[in-house]
Amino acid sequence: MEKDEKTTQVFSCKGMECKEMLEKLSEYIDGELDPKICQDLEKHMADCNPCLIFVNTLKKTISLFKYASSEPLPKEVHIRLHDYLKKNCQGC
Amino acid sequence: MINLSDQSLIEKVRGGDYQAFEFLVTRYEAKVYRLAIRMLRNPQDAEDALQETFLQVFRGLSGFEGRSQFSTWLFRLATNVCLMRIRHRETEPSKLLPLEDYLPKLEEGEGPPMVDWADRPEDALLSKESREQMMGALDKLPPEYRAVFILRDIEGFSNAETGESLGISTAAVKSRLHRARLALRGMLSEYFQRKQDFGRLETRLED
Repeated sequence: MEKDEKTTQVFSCKGMECKEMLEKLSEYIDGELDPKICQDLEKHMADCNPCLIFVNTLKKTISLFKYASSEPLPKEVHIRLHDYLKKNCQGC
Repeated sequence: MINLSDQSLIEKVRGGDYQAFEFLVTRYEAKVYRLAIRMLRNPQDAEDALQETFLQVFRGLSGFEGRSQFSTWLFRLATNVCLMRIRHRETEPSKLLPLEDYLPKLEEGEGPPMVDWADRPEDALLSKESREQMMGALDKLPPEYRAVFILRDIEGFSNAETGESLGISTAAVKSRLHRARLALRGMLSEYFQRKQDFGRLETRLED
């Protein structure tokens, strides 16, 4: 992997580098990662608290958006939609 | 009729049963509106997009061959309607910031510690202000990334379905999703960090 000076400085960790880990995090969260890499990643997180926090807050970001997105359709929007369609679909 | 499958309702609509179409609309209208309001962030634009989408659905049903699921086809139409509207705007971000901007800033153990807000319950994190921050963060993503995040993580589509809805490969879905998630996490972390700092400042001022 090409080493970026800035990120290498920021993520100087033992074993799997944080940046390398970062690239695989979505696959890890989604359970799509090869079990061997998954193990390496979990081992890395056990020793690297910032990475552990990073993974946890990434998971939380997804669950927060999901949680905040369950609002029902406003009733008046429903009524206007059905009125609009009734008017415009006649003779389609 | 409420228990009929999408396909059975579509057959009825094709046979001239308008009520079946209304059932189909009612089944999906909230999901389409959620997509539209998150893509467009303006209730009036979202409502217009909702109406336009279902009008297109009605007009296109005779040509819908059922090769993909109805919901995938519907969301493809809905996403395209939203993207078309966005293209007419001038203020949309077109590029995602470099990934490094969203990485934890911890330099050789001397930087500030990362804020761990992951163990706080959803209800505690979701104030009116933080909901606005979240929607603002979503708004900062380029529309193509925003659409992937909404379909995949909010609406729960698979990678393949999301790709089909947006006309992109599964690999592209995964790559955009990952970048969108990192960007959103970075923006939320900044916000929660600011809030925590502000809270501490307030406590100090009170002392």
